[in-house]
Amino acid sequence: MAVDRLTVVGRSVPRLDAHDKVTGAARYVSDFILPGMAHAKLWRSPVPHARLLAVDGARAAAAPGVLAVCTADDLPVKRLAYGPAYKDQPILAREVVRYAGEPVVAVVADTPARADAALALIDVRYEELPAATNAEEAQAPGAPVIHTTLDRAGHFRDLDGLRPVAGTNVCQHYRYERGDLARAVAEADLVVDDVYRYPALSHHALEPHCAVARVDADGITVWSGTQHPFPVRKDLAEIFDVPLAHVQVVVPLIGGAFGGKCYTKIEPLAAALAARVRRPVRLALTLEESARTITRHSVVVRLRTAVRRDGTLLARECDVVLDTGAYADIGPRVATKAGSRAPGPYRIPCLRIDARCVYTNNVPAGAYRGYGVPQVTWASESQIDVIAERLGIDPFTLRERNLLKRGEEYVAGDTPLDGDMADGLGQAARAIGWGAPLTRNRGRGLACAMKDGGGTHAVSTAVVHINADGSVILLSGSVEVGQGARTALAQIAAETLGVPFEAVVVPAPDTSLTPYDHGTSASRSTTVMGLAVAAAAKDAREQLLALAAKLLDAPPSALTIREGKIAHGNRTLTLAEVISGHFGLVGGEVTGVGTFVPGEWSGSLGGATVFWETGMGAAEVEVDRETGEVHVRKYVSAADVGQAINPRECAAQDEGAAMQGIGPALFEARVGERGQLLNPGLIDYRVPTFADLPEALDSLLIENADGPGPFGAKGVGESGTFCAAPAIGNAVARAVGVRLTELPMTPERVWHALVSKGASP
Amino acid sequence: MNAIPMSVTVNGEAHALTVPPHETLIECLRDRLGLLGVKKSCDVQVCGACTVLVDDRPVSACTVLAFEARGKHVRTIEGLAHGDDLHPVQEAFVEHGALQCGFCTPGMIMATVALLAENPSPTADEVKHYMRGNICRCTGYKRIVEAILAASERLATGPRTTDGG
Repeated sequence: MAVDRLTVVGRSVPRLDAHDKVTGAARYVSDFILPGMAHAKLWRSPVPHARLLAVDGARAAAAPGVLAVCTADDLPVKRLAYGPAYKDQPILAREVVRYAGEPVVAVVADTPARADAALALIDVRYEELPAATNAEEAQAPGAPVIHTTLDRAGHFRDLDGLRPVAGTNVCQHYRYERGDLARAVAEADLVVDDVYRYPALSHHALEPHCAVARVDADGITVWSGTQHPFPVRKDLAEIFDVPLAHVQVVVPLIGGAFGGKCYTKIEPLAAALAARVRRPVRLALTLEESARTITRHSVVVRLRTAVRRDGTLLARECDVVLDTGAYADIGPRVATKAGSRAPGPYRIPCLRIDARCVYTNNVPAGAYRGYGVPQVTWASESQIDVIAERLGIDPFTLRERNLLKRGEEYVAGDTPLDGDMADGLGQAARAIGWGAPLTRNRGRGLACAMKDGGGTHAVSTAVVHINADGSVILLSGSVEVGQGARTALAQIAAETLGVPFEAVVVPAPDTSLTPYDHGTSASRSTTVMGLAVAAAAKDAREQLLALAAKLLDAPPSALTIREGKIAHGNRTLTLAEVISGHFGLVGGEVTGVGTFVPGEWSGSLGGATVFWETGMGAAEVEVDRETGEVHVRKYVSAADVGQAINPRECAAQDEGAAMQGIGPALFEARVGERGQLLNPGLIDYRVPTFADLPEALDSLLIENADGPGPFGAKGVGESGTFCAAPAIGNAVARAVGVRLTELPMTPERVWHALVSKGASP
Repeated sequence: MNAIPMSVTVNGEAHALTVPPHETLIECLRDRLGLLGVKKSCDVQVCGACTVLVDDRPVSACTVLAFEARGKHVRTIEGLAHGDDLHPVQEAFVEHGALQCGFCTPGMIMATVALLAENPSPTADEVKHYMRGNICRCTGYKRIVEAILAASERLATGPRTTDGG
C-alpha cells in the first residue's frame, strides 16, 4: 500500500507548538506589548434597542491618563459599517443601538485600569425603542424592522445570491424544492411532524477577542487572533480607503476560536482608535465581552417527514428559523447551509426547505464549529428515531436503508458522496455495543450527519522556501487555533519534499509576507491549504531535482529525495550541497509556489463541494429517574478523515468536538430575558469540565485515502460536534421512554418529561 | 492608597517589589515580572487558566492580591522546566497530545503539579475531581487525564528529578 511508503504523513509526530505551549513560551495576541501602547475599553449599550440622543464624554476625557473618548463620529474612518454578508454593522453604534452590549463609546487611556475607570464617567442619553428579542417576535406583524436598508458586502461569491425579504427582518431566505410533496405525503404510510429547538451558545474560547493596532506612515498593522486574516485586511482597506498593500494583519497563536473569531470583529475599532490617538492601541475584551460580540444561532426547526411502512423516506419538509441577532455577520450563509443540510445524509426524493435568517435585537450570531449542522441535526436525527420507533424498525437499520451510498449525489450536480456512511455508522454502533443487553435506565442512541467541507469558492496559496542549508520555511495563511494546522501542513510539506519533519518551520501568518488564503474555517486547512502546500512543495522539489540533475549529470527522473538527500545510484547530495552547488557558496534558495483554485482542483470529484465531512455518533446513557440527570457513560464518534496526516491530532480534534456536542446536549445554553444576556461569563454559563467526561470517549478514524486532499485526506474537526445531542437524546428515549425536543436536556426538563409521562415501571 | 513593599520569591528568584494594594497577582506576574505564561481568561476564578502555585498550593492569580504573596514562594509555568529538560508533567502533556490551543495549558500543568504533590498516584476519578476547576475548551479532557496518569507513573518510577515543588 502507498501508505506504507509514507515517512512523515500518517505519523503522530509531536506538534510544532507543543514545547512552547507547555513551557509558557507560546505567545498569543493578548501577550503582545508594543512600545507606547495605549489601552481601549468600551461603553456598551445597556438596552437592546434605542435611539441615541447624546453622548457626554467630557468628564471621562478629563480623567487621569485618558487619551481619547470616541463615539462613531470621532473615528477617522472613510466608512463606518462592515460585515461579510451585508455592511450592516457599525464600528461603534451611530444614532441607533440594536442590541444590549453593543459598543457605543470607546475610551483610550495609558493603562487598562484608567480606561476602565473613565467608562463610569460617560453619560449617554437614549430613548428606548420596541425590541424584538427572538426570531418569532421579529417575524410577527408590526415587529420593529431592525435594518431598513441592506448594503451587500460583495466580498464572497456565494453571498451574491442572498435573498433578503424587503420590509421584514429576514435577511436571507433560502429555498429548495424537489419532487411532489403533496403526492409523497398522500402515498406515505406515516407522516411525522415535530418542532425542535436548539439554544444560542457562547463560543467561550479561553482567549477572549484581542487586537493590537498600529497606524503609521507605512500603513495599518493589526495583530489579531482572527481566523480570516485576508478578509479582515480587505475590510480594513475599505474602511480606511487604502490599498490592500497598506494593511498588514498578523496572526500569532490563537487561544481557541471555534468560529467565534471568523471574519472581522474588533480589528477596525482597534485600528481606528490607534489612528485617532497616534499610538498603538490594544483592545482586549473580557470573556463576557466576547460573549457579547458573537454567538451561535439559536434555531427552531419544524420537520415533517413522510415515510413508507418499510422505512423508506419519501419526503421531508424543513422549516428552519435562525435568530441572527442585530447584525448579520455570516448568519445568511449559516442559514443557507443549515437549510441545505437539514434533510440529513439520506436518499429523499422529495424535499421542501425554507431557511430564514432573522434579525433580532440580540447579540449577533455567526460561525460556530459545524455551521448550522449541529442545530439541524438535533432535529433531523431525533426525528429519524421517532420514525423508527413508530414503525418498529431498528434505528440503525432505518438509517442504513436510507443513507446515501458512496457515489450517490446529495443534490443533483454537486460532488457525489465520497465516503461510506453506513459503514462508519456501523463501526460506531459496534463500538457502543449496539444490540447488547443493558441494565435498567440505560439506553443507547445513534446519529449521523454530513456537511459540505472545505469552504465555498475559497482560494489558498502556499510558498515553500528551501534555504541554502536545506532547512525549509513554509508560508501558509492557515492560522493555528489549536487544531494543529501548522504541524499537519509541515508534515505534508516534509513528505512531499522528502525532508525530515524537523527541517520545516511554519511562521505565523502575516498578510504582507504570507500568500493569500481565504481563511481557517470549514475544516479546510488540511485539505485545501494542504493541496496548495503539496503543490508548492512539489514545485520546489522539481526545481531541486533539476539543479541536482546538472550536478550529478543524470536526468531528474532518475533521482530520489529522501531524508533531505538527493540520490542517484550510490551518489548522494544534501539539499544544501545542491543549492550551494548551484548558486556558489553565497547562498540563494529554491522557492516553490502552489495554489488551490476552486473548480480547477476538484480532483476526481468534479463538483462544487470539495469533500463531504461526515460524522457518526453513538452514545450510551444512564438516566437517574429521581433527579432527571442524564449521565453519558460512553460516547463514540467516528470521523471519515480519508487519510490522517497526524492520527493523534485527528482523533484529538474529534474528541474535543464531541465534548463540544455533549455540552449543549446536557447543559450549555445562553439564557436571555427581554434582550438581556443573563449568563455572559463562565460563572453562570456552564461549559463541560473534567466531571463531564464520559467514562469512555472514543474516536474512530475511518481511513480509505479517498479524499481530494493530499495523500487522500479529508477535513476533520467539525464533524464530532454534529451527532452528540441527537445520539444522547435518542439514547435517553430508549432508556426511559421520554423524548425531549428542546436542548439542553437538563435534569429539570428530563424530570418533568418523566413526571408528565406518568408513573412508569 | 499606599503602595506596599514586599519581598517574594518567584520561580526561585527573590524580588523586592512595591505594589499597590489592589494589584492582583496576575497583574504583578504578567505586567511587572513579564511572566506571560500566566494566562488571563475568565478573570473570576472559574477557568483555572491563571493557576500558579503559592507555597506549593494552586491559586487563581486573577483573584489573589499580589501582596498576599508577601514572603512566599510563587511558581509559574516558566519555573517548571530545568533548562531544556521538561518537567515530567510537561513531557506527558506533549507526548499524550493533551493540548490544542494551549491557552489553558500553563494553568492545567500547574494544577497537575499540585495534584501530584498532594496525591502522587491518583485514580482517573481523583484526577477528574481535583482538576474540575481547570477548563479546557479544545481537548475534551480525555488526553489530559491520560497525560496526568502517565506523569504520575513517571514521577513514581522514573529517576527522582530535582523537582522540589
